[in-house]
Amino acid sequence: MTTATDRPATATRMLSVRGLHKVYESAGRPTEAIRDLTFDIAAGEMVCIVGPSGAGKTTLLRCIAGLLPPTGGDISLEGRPVAGPPKGMAVVFQDYARSLFPWLTVAQNVELPLREKRLPKAERHRLVERSLEAVGLADVPRSYPWQLSGGMQQRVAIARAVAYEPHILMMDEPFAAVDAQTRADLEDLVRDLWHRLGITLLFVTHDIDEAIYLGRRVLVLSGRPTVIMEDVAVDLPDERDQLGTRNLPRFGELRAHVYELVQKAKRGHRPENEPDAGASGAVGKEFPA
Amino acid sequence: MTVFSPRAAAPLARSATRRGTGRRALAAARRTLVVLGLPAVLIAVWWLVSEEYHSFYFPPLREIVETFGPTWFEGRITGDVVPSLTRLLSGYALAVVLGVVLGVLIGSSAKLRAFAEPVLEFFRAIPPPVMVPILMLFFGIGTTMKVIVIATGAVWPILLNTVEGVRGIDPLLRDTARTYRLRPLTRLRTLVLRGASPQIFTGARQALSIAIILMVISEMFAANNGLGFSIVQFQRSFALPEMWTGILLLGLVGVLLSLIFRAVERVVLAWYRGQRQSQRGGNR
Amino acid sequence: MTATATVPPPVRPAPRGGRGRPARSPHRALLGLAGVATFLCLLELLPRTGLVNSRFLPPFSDMAEALGERAGTGEFWRALGDTLTTWSIGLGIALAAGVVIGMLIGSVRVLRETTASVIEFLRPIPSVALIPLAVLMYGTGREATLLLVIYAAFWQILLQVLAGVQDVDPVARDTARSYRFRFLTEVTRLVWPTTLPYAVVGFRLAASVALILTVTGELIIGTPGLGRLIAVAQTSGAVASMYALVIVTGLLGVAVNLLARLVERRVLRWHPSVRQESAS
Repeated sequence: MTTATDRPATATRMLSVRGLHKVYESAGRPTEAIRDLTFDIAAGEMVCIVGPSGAGKTTLLRCIAGLLPPTGGDISLEGRPVAGPPKGMAVVFQDYARSLFPWLTVAQNVELPLREKRLPKAERHRLVERSLEAVGLADVPRSYPWQLSGGMQQRVAIARAVAYEPHILMMDEPFAAVDAQTRADLEDLVRDLWHRLGITLLFVTHDIDEAIYLGRRVLVLSGRPTVIMEDVAVDLPDERDQLGTRNLPRFGELRAHVYELVQKAKRGHRPENEPDAGASGAVGKEFPA
Repeated sequence: MTVFSPRAAAPLARSATRRGTGRRALAAARRTLVVLGLPAVLIAVWWLVSEEYHSFYFPPLREIVETFGPTWFEGRITGDVVPSLTRLLSGYALAVVLGVVLGVLIGSSAKLRAFAEPVLEFFRAIPPPVMVPILMLFFGIGTTMKVIVIATGAVWPILLNTVEGVRGIDPLLRDTARTYRLRPLTRLRTLVLRGASPQIFTGARQALSIAIILMVISEMFAANNGLGFSIVQFQRSFALPEMWTGILLLGLVGVLLSLIFRAVERVVLAWYRGQRQSQRGGNR
Repeated sequence: MTATATVPPPVRPAPRGGRGRPARSPHRALLGLAGVATFLCLLELLPRTGLVNSRFLPPFSDMAEALGERAGTGEFWRALGDTLTTWSIGLGIALAAGVVIGMLIGSVRVLRETTASVIEFLRPIPSVALIPLAVLMYGTGREATLLLVIYAAFWQILLQVLAGVQDVDPVARDTARSYRFRFLTEVTRLVWPTTLPYAVVGFRLAASVALILTVTGELIIGTPGLGRLIAVAQTSGAVASMYALVIVTGLLGVAVNLLARLVERRVLRWHPSVRQESAS
């Protein structure tokens, strides 16, 4: 596990996506979901992916997670090509109610992947306890997921991912189905965990504010078939809080910029260098402010 | 099931707690009356009417009760009841194992499912008792035949429900199991079997009633002991009170097995009931 | 296709086109046909190659031939007619009794509470336990089998109807009460529409149970019908014929299932509540 100290953004490459291409075969007619995606994520980075709905965000994430075989291109995680769910990766899905095992208690849900890693019992218990505490659920280990509120269920899913000690944590619109207040809390929780654990975080969302608030980089995707519109660096101070950060003038500028990009994407606008869209692939490209 | 349990009396009991033990005792008494009242009345009516009007087919209940002990407790428990139950349970256990194993296999592959489903639906639609003459050809009239009759008749609902259950496991839960790299055996135990367990239980419940029917029928067909055999013997020798004790005993066996089944189901599917209740409560 | 003893807890009516049936794609249908063809080939080849003794399992072609012969006789068609008659009479009586008694018990609280324990106790009693009594009372007449059929099918319908009546929206019921609807109006306008989907599910379950018990009664008791023909074929050693008849009962079972599903879909097509039901 990476620690918080070794987090130079350019150091080791965690994830590399090269010329990713995905075509769905549905009802006998091929649908091109992703045309060409190329980007890198360094170890310890926090990257958010936004785009209009139907932009293939989830498809991209599922390809990276090894749940969906790409039609073309290469994905590698920590230097190893991805074929099937790789080691050292955890995913938090949007639909918390469906991603937790309803027949296991909260603690058992968190513990299950650790058992599979064959960790000794004491270690497992320590990790379960610590991660539940980290998400503020230390008092409900014996409850079943369906006895908890939506936000709490998503916390369980996060605790499970955290206890797993992944090198990279991917979240697919994890807060889309929880109420606004809970959502703000969970966003801060994710920032906090990222700080403390020093993991790499890939966060898919359709919420522009959320992407900028959380990320150090925001990848804006075009509409289908998907290419990268722009790779936006979020040059906000590392210490963020819901009121202060969101009120910064720079936050407003970034939001306006990303908003415009997403609106363009919605209207079907595509970047000029489309054919080899990803080839530029510049990490954290600046835009004139 | 919850619908029919005498739970309707519960709110009454709850409101009574506030008003002291006297009321609570009253409520308990009322509940007992509600649960046991009608059965008691029915039995009393049966007792009195059968005593009063002598019918050949319906001997006095008193006589049936008096005959019960001598008929069953003097050798027939070990000679007939135990062999019957042994066949029933072995056949049923075989059906459960076969049904779940095949169901998981078939349910795990969409192609295999499409391939096998019409044939399976056909087998499920065959009235199970007609398989008795066929299986007698293969296995004679011994205990093996009866166990296999029970197993082959009871396996279909379990098999088809398991297929349906495995198919219905949430794809997101499957993805979760994959991303956390659960090993095949863990995936089978923790994801597939638990995920399909509500449907497996539905099938197993249907299978239990079919198994009881087949136990009785296979013994009526060809046997030299067993519950079904005894009852038919009583009937052929016009020993009416004895025949009635057999019918009652068979009824008791049915009720008892269904109670045991429900007790097991309550424990194993506790999570399922809880989940359904919380969903219906609009938690989502 | 639950049989008598333990009846499952009430099945919630599925949404339209529900019960998790995927749209039958031609691809799926082809695979299914291939499955049937494979099964028939096995049935032909296992005895032909001597892997299974053909005295126990004659080749499929022999069964088909025996079936052809049977189909040429009036006896076969009479038996089929008898089976269908017993089945439909039994199912009809069970349906009527189940709906009427279920609505009555379900709508009146005192009845519902007091009968609960009796129902819980009576329904797991296997209907075949009644065979000796049926034989003594009615000999080999149709009534003997009818007794079994009605007993078995009745519980299926009763339980579903009871569940349906319980499902009536309490608010709607209170509204009806506050407008002082007459009992009959309340039943026809409020209780029945809610109960109907459940009753139809009960009908579907009862239809297959009734067929099982019809054939069982014919087989064991000897009332006229397909079941008795099977028993006769067995005692006379006409193995291929016996298989042929078993196949006919299986096909009949499939037909009953399809018919019941068709009725279910027809009746529920216009039913608004069904569309909101969540699949269970």
